[in-house]
Amino acid sequence: MRVSLVLAALLLAALGLSILFGETALTFAQYKTAFAHPSSPPGVILFAIRAPRAICAALVGGALGVAGAVMQGLLRNPLAEPGVLGVSAWSASAAALVIALGLGSAAGVVEAAALGGALAAGALVAALAARFREPETLILFGVALAALGGAMTALIFNLSPSPITIAEVLSWLQGSVANRDWRDMAPELIPMAAGVGLCAYAARGLRMLTLGEETAALSGLPMARLRVAALAGAALLTGASVALAGVIGFVGLAAPHMVRGSVADDPARTLAPAALAGAVLLTLADLLARVIPSGEELRLGVVTALFGAPLFALIAWRAARSWRT
Amino acid sequence: MSARLTVAGLRVVERGRTILDSVSLTADAGEVLGVIGPNGAGKTTLLRAALGLRRVAAGQARIDGRPLAELAPAARARAAGYLPQERRVAWNMPAIEIAALGCADLAAAEARAVARGCLAELEVAGLAERGVLDMSGGERARVLLARLLATRAGLLIADEPSAGLDPDAQFLALERLRQRALAGAAVIVTLHDLTLAARACDRLAVLCEGRMRACAPPAEALSEEILAEVFGLEGSLVDTRAGPTLAARRRA
Repeated sequence: MRVSLVLAALLLAALGLSILFGETALTFAQYKTAFAHPSSPPGVILFAIRAPRAICAALVGGALGVAGAVMQGLLRNPLAEPGVLGVSAWSASAAALVIALGLGSAAGVVEAAALGGALAAGALVAALAARFREPETLILFGVALAALGGAMTALIFNLSPSPITIAEVLSWLQGSVANRDWRDMAPELIPMAAGVGLCAYAARGLRMLTLGEETAALSGLPMARLRVAALAGAALLTGASVALAGVIGFVGLAAPHMVRGSVADDPARTLAPAALAGAVLLTLADLLARVIPSGEELRLGVVTALFGAPLFALIAWRAARSWRT
Repeated sequence: MSARLTVAGLRVVERGRTILDSVSLTADAGEVLGVIGPNGAGKTTLLRAALGLRRVAAGQARIDGRPLAELAPAARARAAGYLPQERRVAWNMPAIEIAALGCADLAAAEARAVARGCLAELEVAGLAERGVLDMSGGERARVLLARLLATRAGLLIADEPSAGLDPDAQFLALERLRQRALAGAAVIVTLHDLTLAARACDRLAVLCEGRMRACAPPAEALSEEILAEVFGLEGSLVDTRAGPTLAARRRA
């Protein structure tokens, strides 16, 4: 509880910073104008450009944080995460397919494809997890799924007739929350809310899974139902994130990892703080992407990967020791 | 005495290989039943099949007289508790929280009170707040056994409850299970230590290559003939001041 309060305060601070600072440096007078007249040019920068972007980063980060925490609990593996397991890649690939087919302009089609891709990969991962009990094996399957998802996307580009679509989709796939406005976010709120609800329902099942499949199966909890809820919830959150911001890796890995110790490692109690931590991380990562001076703006997915990949190696290092015992 | 678990004509086949064949078994309230046999005899498979964790090719298991299929998850959890052989715990949760998972049916505070009592029974109350991955394997095994006791089920099934425990803790673990039997539960344990099995169990079910070779009180189930045939040992149970003790060597 206390960790959630601290993280909520941090999130507010991060959002504030994100709105106040960006590519365009403003003078003190301009800030004053912005707050006095929100429709003035500086006001537009703050409230129509930066604010939705910051909120979008927080939403996506929160969704990925919960999705990561749920996948880790479900698969009993601290390395599980939508990006690592290929769920994001499949989601993106399905979305790229409908865009390449020219269906992208119809309302809800890209979103539905992203959700469908995430669900398919999630179901596959769950089936593999039931079959192979070693945590290392599962990560290897995730690597294969991610590679396959990436290859499918590349194939779609190769076969796509329109170069403009390609450029558009490619930039989206690298992960970004640039130029998102409130209207982009609204339709994703429904799958995200549904995903959070399902994950919250599944939380007690995740806690029981700490003891393994067999003990959980005999614990009296409706494990089959809870497992499906967890999987569907994580897939909904991942799909909605991909539809909104493309592929952003490692937030789902880092967020639960950061908060786990402060909730006594309880997978059920990890969910809420993981959401907040994910939101803070992605808001700050996006701020970083904007304020680091560079010719072209850094991609958010690139920033998270730069920090996330070494963290992945670190967690793997630690996990490998505990798996041997 | 009432039968907590009845297994009749159980047959389990995996990839064309018969792992269990026509195994029948009853565990009554108040008794400790040991399942023994060499590696690969089918002990764990028998327990898992009896609990419905594994598909059976033939036969039936009844818990408290009711077929497994008729029991809803919650009812089955109230009737039977299981300690699997696999002791891997995914997260470093404190021992008290792990033990409290045994009573998912109770409110959190109540569950913790029960869990605390069970940890104390296994003499690990002092470790209640410590993460289970920060303990030795034996300490963790005691915490997991406390989780089993916390289920308060009428049928307690423990797969190798003594594995990884020091000699004193092995006796302690079986003593606590015996207390549960005295309080009216049926207890089923698999054991590799035949001396421990002979002392702790009322009856021993001897499995050999998927078949029930004998099911009788220890003196009978561990006859010289069975020791030789099933376990490949030359020797016998000897009565000592501490109880029956296996004196045996490998058969030449």
